[in-house]
Order: sequence, then C-alpha cells, then structure tokens
Amino acid sequence: MHFELDEEQKEIKRAVKEFCEKEFTPELALEFDEKEEFPTELYKKAAKLGFTSMRIHEDYDGQGYGLLEDCIVVEEMCRVDPGLGAAVSLGNLMVPDILLKHGTEEQKKKYIPPLAKGDAISAAAFSEPEHGSDITRMDTTAAKSGNEWIINGSKEFITNAPLADVFIVLCQTDPNVTPSHRGQSIFIMEKVTPGLEATKLKGKMGIRPCITGSLSLSDVKVNENNVVGELNKGFYYTLALFDETRITVAAQAVGMAQGAFERAFQYAKTRKQFGSPIIKFQGISFKLADMAVKIEAARMLTHKAAWLFDQGRLDPMATSMAKVFAGRVAMEVTDEAIQIYGGYGYLADYHVERFHRCAKITEIYEGTSEMQKLTIINQLLKRM
Amino acid sequence: MDVIVCVKHVPETAEAEIKIDSTGKAVEKIGLVFDINESDDYALEEAIRIKEKLGGTVTALTVGSGDADSTLRKCLARGADQAIRLTDVKFNGSDSYATAKILHSAIKGLSFDLILTGALASDDGYTMVGPILAELLGIPHATMVKNIEFSDDVVKVNRELEGGVEEIVEVKLPVALSVQTGINEPRYVSILGIKKAMRKEIKVLGLVDIDLSENDVGEAGSWIVIEKMFVPPVEKQTEFIKGTPEEVAAKIAEIIKSRGLM
Repeated sequence: MHFELDEEQKEIKRAVKEFCEKEFTPELALEFDEKEEFPTELYKKAAKLGFTSMRIHEDYDGQGYGLLEDCIVVEEMCRVDPGLGAAVSLGNLMVPDILLKHGTEEQKKKYIPPLAKGDAISAAAFSEPEHGSDITRMDTTAAKSGNEWIINGSKEFITNAPLADVFIVLCQTDPNVTPSHRGQSIFIMEKVTPGLEATKLKGKMGIRPCITGSLSLSDVKVNENNVVGELNKGFYYTLALFDETRITVAAQAVGMAQGAFERAFQYAKTRKQFGSPIIKFQGISFKLADMAVKIEAARMLTHKAAWLFDQGRLDPMATSMAKVFAGRVAMEVTDEAIQIYGGYGYLADYHVERFHRCAKITEIYEGTSEMQKLTIINQLLKRM
Repeated sequence: MDVIVCVKHVPETAEAEIKIDSTGKAVEKIGLVFDINESDDYALEEAIRIKEKLGGTVTALTVGSGDADSTLRKCLARGADQAIRLTDVKFNGSDSYATAKILHSAIKGLSFDLILTGALASDDGYTMVGPILAELLGIPHATMVKNIEFSDDVVKVNRELEGGVEEIVEVKLPVALSVQTGINEPRYVSILGIKKAMRKEIKVLGLVDIDLSENDVGEAGSWIVIEKMFVPPVEKQTEFIKGTPEEVAAKIAEIIKSRGLM
C-alpha cells in the first residue's frame, strides 16, 4: 500500500499549479464566466505544455500518462478556477479516448494529434432531448444507403458543440433489434459535414467558459470510414468510455471543493468579528475541519478509481463511488465556503459563489448522481 | 557555449506569514513552500535560451539538502542538461563566502564559458555569491544584468543601475554574470520536460568529494555569522499629502516607487 504521489506525479502537480495560478487570473475567471466564451488562448497554451493530453499516447502527440496523472492535472485546474479549469480540460474531450480504443489507425492519425496539440476541439454527442440517463434507445438514426450512412436526429447538452472541429455521434443503426441498445453505433464526423449544425446554449448555471450546445443532424451523409469500431457496438463503447471519463469528473469536483475550501480558510483567518478572526469560533473552524475531511475522502476515492483503471482493473463501482461522493462534497464544501464568507460570499468578486455554481454540474453530467447509485447497488447485488 | 547556472532553493515568502524559529537565528520553515529563487529562475531561463541559440550545455548547480532536488528537477525539466547538488551537514551555516567556496570547488573542474547566478537570493538577500565565486575562479563578473549579447569571445551586458539608469559593459569570456529579474520571461515547465527530467540523474557531491576541509565550510569557514533574526515591529505612519490632484498623484507615485512597490 502506498499512499503518496510519486516524485513524477508531484512534479506534474507542481507544474500545472504554477501554470494555472499564473494564467487563470481572477480577472479572466470573472470575465469568461460572465461572457460565456471558451478560453481558446488558455486552451492552446495549456495544450502546448501537454496538460490537456495526459492520457493520449505519445505516438499521437500526447503525454502517455495514465488516468491518475490526468486527474492530478484536472483537479489542479479546477482548484484554481472551476470554469476555466473545466473548459480547458474538456477541450478535446472523449474523441481521443474512443478512437484510441476502437478507432482505425487512419482515424487515430488523422484526428488525435490536432486534438492533443490543442489545434482542434472535439465534442461527443450522446445525450438527446428525450434521452439523458437512459441511452438504451437513440432517436438519432443512421440509415445505410449504398455506401453511405444518412444520419438524422438531434443531440442535446453537447459540450463544445458550437466550436468543435470533430464530433463523435451515437446513433441507432438498427431500429428493430431487441434490446434496442444492441443496434447503436458511433460515427465520427467533421464540423464541415453538410447537415450538421450546432446552436449555443446560453445561461448555464456554472462552468460557463465551457460551451454547451444543441446539435441537429439533418440528412448528414458519411461513409463507412466514419464508423468507429464495430457496427452496433456503440452502446457498449459508450458505457466503457464513461467508466473512464467520469473519474475525471470526480477530479473536477475535488478540485472545485479544494479551491473553495482554500479561499474560505484564508478568509476565516483574516476576517474579524467580535474582536477575533472568525476561524477562532468553532462554528466556523469545525465547518472548515469537516470540509477538509470530506475533500480528502473524495480525493482518495477518486485516486483509487483512477489507480484501478490504470492497473487495467476498471471497477465501475469504484468509479461511481468516486463520482457520486466527490460531486456531493463539491456541492457541500462550496456551499459552506459561501456561508463562511457571509454576505461577501454572495458576490461574484469574492469567487466562492462561482465555485458553488460550477460544482453542480459534477452531480449531473457524465451520469447523474442517481445513476451512479444505481451502478453501485447493482454491483453490490452482484457481489454480495 | 557551456553555461553553469547556480540556483538556490528558497521559501516563498511574499505572501506567507514569517515566524522566527526557536534558535532565534532562522526563519521557521514549517508551512513554507519552497521553490527556485526568483532571480535564479531568470538566470536559468537565460541559460536555456543561450543554449537554444548558440548550442552547448547547461549545468544547474545548487548547495542544499535533499529538498533542493525539486528545484534542480525544475531546472532539468525546463531544459538543463545536468544537475549537481552539493550537500553535507558540514555545509550548514555557510555564509555567501563559504557557499561560493563550495561552488568554486565543484565548478573549477568543469568546462564552462559562462556562469549565471541570480542577482539576489530572496531569503538572505546578500547578492554576494556570484561576485565572490567569480573572484575565486579568477574571472570577470558583472552584476544586475538585464541583457546579454555575445560577439566572439566577449559579451556585452546591460547593467541596471539606480534610478532607471542602465550601462552597457563589455566583458571577456569566461565570465560570471548575476542576472536581474525581468531579463526574460521564464517558460513554464511542460509535461514533456518533466518526463525528460525524470530520466536525468542529479549528481550529489559531499565534502569528501571536493577539495575543501571542514574549516572552509559552514560557520567555521564563514566570515559572517548570524547573531539574531527578528521581525521588526510594525510602525504606523500617517502622512497627509496636500496640493492639486496632479501634485498629489505625482507625490503618491514617487512614494510607491521609492518603496519598491512599482
């Protein structure tokens, strides 16, 4: 048993900390939160230093590390700023992961390096207006016509959709098979594909520098080379993908909690009421102690899930435990941070309210907390 | 161009609460975060840029305990080719003179064209290691350097003087230069850099590996011995500035500038 990051992992943490603390300035954080724009320049800078391609193999211009190292980076980014951190770390989301596992060599060589280097942005379209937690049937269909596939449908809440250069889209390729999830396939397509259109969704509660959109696919024509992996395996690929990526969502949550905690801790040491710093009052100090305990526990679960994954022993229960717990911790800790700040905490300029707004997404995307609990109980029923 | 950079692992004290430890002669280190000394960071960056432009090697050198490896690893991750840490319990308590002697004994066997140090250590602020080292090596030196240009076997360096005045001096190689902050913009450590750094070895040398004796190092080999360290009491002063808005603004700017805040 070894409960410490190794020297290399510590160096990674230090490097990303230094970068984010200098680049994710409070002014930029407020500005991008307000204008709801993707921080392209920061994304490119972070990518150039390798921070956005931790899990991508070196053969495709990535860094060749594991999920644990990626979690270290994601946590640190979201600790410094939850909005910029989420946006930058999700710039090339999921397309490299799915291609590395299931793509052809041609697809990997074509699409992964630009994403690894920050020259391109990707989006992964699974959710639909009528299908969020339940993706066992997709209303987006792909029908074969000669050598082509013709895709029609719409996708909802797609991260990066309005900016992405490349998309993966989960479609129903066999509408008649029972159960329906055995008839789903993943397609890869570029922004320029006719019939593919994205609309930006505005007014999100949090992670506002991370751009979300709706996607409409109207007679989008792609060919056989655009199918990722085997036909009708899309549902299974998607589940496996989320088992991997939702660990990084737990890392986002841990980072957001840590960032809000550190701010509240510093504030409590300097803010004086009744003639003494408020950290001297147990009503405040016990809150901070509880926050520290929760964050540490969430981080341990996250690191364990990532470590298991890196060992080739992916455990969906460990993943779900990490995500559901870290998400809740992020909500509770950021809430308490606002409480410690009192009235100031309610103001944007004091930052903790943004952490709270951003934290909520970690209980929703890549599988809601309720879906994580379902996974946990199903696993327990199998094992006990 | 073979460059040696001397770096120091120092606590970041800009925003930390400083306490004096129980000896009364040193800062309490618990809770402080350590990193490369600020002006050494610029010296390192300058060395890497020189290597990228003119070829050659960069060797990072420090006197310090095992903790200082993280500063050396940072040097390696940013592009230094090798790193040497001089370490020995006998080195404890060394002043600038003793530290320069330790560095000198390690450097004199190395081949180099240029030695870069930071202008000032942010912890003890003596500004002396660079110049003393140059004296011991018998080579010229220039301090407060904010630009370096090479032509054949000489360097032209800009020195930053008081009140915003600069001078350009020409110095023969090999030379030791103490680099001022702001000479360049230090790069970030990249993930690739870390990966490369982890494969490089940090060479560790002790007193037995260099030709100095116990009497040359530590307090015994120092000319300056710290007697007491303390945090001066905070004084509150109030000054009312009168005049037109322009005059008041000019006066405020002058005060801020004179206190080194701008």
